[in-house]
Amino acid sequence: MIYQDSRTLLEVRGLRATVSGIEILKGLDFTVNSGEVHAIMGPNGSGKSTFAKVLAGHPAYTVTGGTVSFMGRNLFDLAPEERARAGVFLAFQYPIEIPGVANSQFLRLAYNTLQAQRGKDELDPLEFDDFVREKMKLLEMNPDFLDRSVNEGFSGGEKKRNEILQMAILEPRLAILDETDSGLDIDALRIVSQGVNQLANPESATVLVTHYQRLLNYIVPDFVHVMEAGRIIKTGGKELALELETRGYDWVGAEHLEQEAAGRVAA
Amino acid sequence: MNAIAAAGYLESLLAGQPHLPAASPALGWINELRAEAVDRVGELTVPSLRDEDWRFTDISQLTRLSFQRAQALTPLLPADIERFHIAEASNRLVFVDGLYAPRLSSIAADSGVVVTHLTEGGAEHAALIEAHLGRHANFGNNVFAALNTAFLQDAALILVPRNTTVSGPLHVLFIATQAGVASYPRCLLVAETGSAVTLIEDYVALQEAAYFTDAVTEISVADDAQVSHVRVQREGTQGFHIANCAVSLARASRYHSVSVALGARLSRYNLNVLQTGEGAECSVDGLALIASRQLADTHTYIDHARPFGISRQLHKCIVGGAAHAVFNGKIMVRPGAQRTDSAQSSRNLLLSDKAYIDTQPQLEIFADDVKCTHGATVGQLDNEEVFYLTSRGLSDDVARKLLTYAFGAEIIERIPVASLRQQLAQTVLAQTSGQP
Repeated sequence: MIYQDSRTLLEVRGLRATVSGIEILKGLDFTVNSGEVHAIMGPNGSGKSTFAKVLAGHPAYTVTGGTVSFMGRNLFDLAPEERARAGVFLAFQYPIEIPGVANSQFLRLAYNTLQAQRGKDELDPLEFDDFVREKMKLLEMNPDFLDRSVNEGFSGGEKKRNEILQMAILEPRLAILDETDSGLDIDALRIVSQGVNQLANPESATVLVTHYQRLLNYIVPDFVHVMEAGRIIKTGGKELALELETRGYDWVGAEHLEQEAAGRVAA
Repeated sequence: MNAIAAAGYLESLLAGQPHLPAASPALGWINELRAEAVDRVGELTVPSLRDEDWRFTDISQLTRLSFQRAQALTPLLPADIERFHIAEASNRLVFVDGLYAPRLSSIAADSGVVVTHLTEGGAEHAALIEAHLGRHANFGNNVFAALNTAFLQDAALILVPRNTTVSGPLHVLFIATQAGVASYPRCLLVAETGSAVTLIEDYVALQEAAYFTDAVTEISVADDAQVSHVRVQREGTQGFHIANCAVSLARASRYHSVSVALGARLSRYNLNVLQTGEGAECSVDGLALIASRQLADTHTYIDHARPFGISRQLHKCIVGGAAHAVFNGKIMVRPGAQRTDSAQSSRNLLLSDKAYIDTQPQLEIFADDVKCTHGATVGQLDNEEVFYLTSRGLSDDVARKLLTYAFGAEIIERIPVASLRQQLAQTVLAQTSGQP
């Protein structure tokens, strides 16, 4: 939702990043205001997931240029855990399995870490159990998942629900959902989307990184961006997603090349 | 160490031996067994790095010190050992510095199992004891088993009659209280046909000076019987712990072992499992969690001598500081042991640059219709896992500790006694949090 009195949450300018010495992000610009829902779309290899991971601080990616400010702070001054505590949340495309760590233990540890950061009370195991069970209802999750090891033996859909459960518990200001729709059947997609929609509020924002228009039937974006070769080359409203669905991505690239050529001639 | 120094060392250890009281008349053969063991100690030498079986484990720091058998029982109150209490245990046998402590022990009268020690209940069960004691743990080539047998006196005896299922676990607790003491813990568990029992063998300390534990355990599992064996080595930080366990599995018997090594400056555990009957099944799991300058060595030998045997093994080491872990796991499949099904895995986590591990899975197969797998990994924590946890706000430090704990928890979770599992989970959590 676009609000009149929103504030800028995320401002990305000329972002460049490499992995294993190969440049993936090549001067990316992107702005998110509170209350907004953005969708970043684009073909495989365009750098969508890299962008998401760079924002969360994945150590395999090296930032080589540009700036990112999050709620007025330089994001790159913050370690991954500090970004999480400041309100950045990444729902992983492939959530990690952690055998031996009970999901309830992990969720409570994460929750209490953020509560302490926000100067609020931590919850003991019993209090947390009540709290988390309420959140699980939102995602129609079986409470048995609390006793199991984090993501271990979860189906693809269960892992994605567990990601959104973490989002529900941590209440981030900026939620980045990396291909959260991939591998979900239609029921799971509906449940996960409902969860995301219910968590939306005027203070926070959501960035959906996705391949397909399908997710956007459930979570309606205010802006749709097309990424190619490490940059955002087109931005439009929700109707752009439908156009991409019918026409594919090639025309966006061609249009972009024309604009660039025109730009050079004009200069 | 040269041969003279080694001989002198063994002599000094043996010095306390002649004072042992003679066994009761019904067990007169024990005097002969001891004498045989004394002779054997005289012929054997202390192992050195030149011995194939000891090439990663230097025990010279043990043989430089001298230890004597405890002369008197340290008076302890139940409160002193309360923290080692295992709520589910139906019977508890307590030995203090190797000496039986009847006032700390509690033996259920009607549990259907015979729980006693050699001097008290030996005569009554003489035939059964003679058939097993010293018959499974061979000391012919094992100087530490020979030493233990030379000092054979206060042994824990557990005899489970035919078709008896013992409801709670049996807790055998060995407590070290005196500095400079050598103790010789001994356990014999005989599970008769169709019986089932859980044994917890537990080594703890109430002091932090140097001492020496030289333990031997023998377990005989008859046809269709089942034994769960939990072994916890939580000796003091300056303790030396050398132990031999010999298990004999008859037809269609099952043996499940979880051994956890947390303590001692130097520890060595030899576990030999022999499948003497068809279709025997065993799982042999282990965790060594060590730091600073500790050394923990585990040698296991699973001997598939008969067809249709099954063995499963997962051994894990978590090594921090400048500690050193050794694992040698040998699986033997003898000629004729067809349809053996064996899987072995050694997984190791190194937490510092100075920590090291020697792991040696070994398969020797002399039958042609078998399924055997083995593998070993040595690594550090997975960076993707660390990132996942930090991306949820956990500090890098907390994330690493949690993952280290989880690595060990996989073994702890296999312990079939809930309160011990919780106790050890806390210990592992505290120990992984304290890793330098």
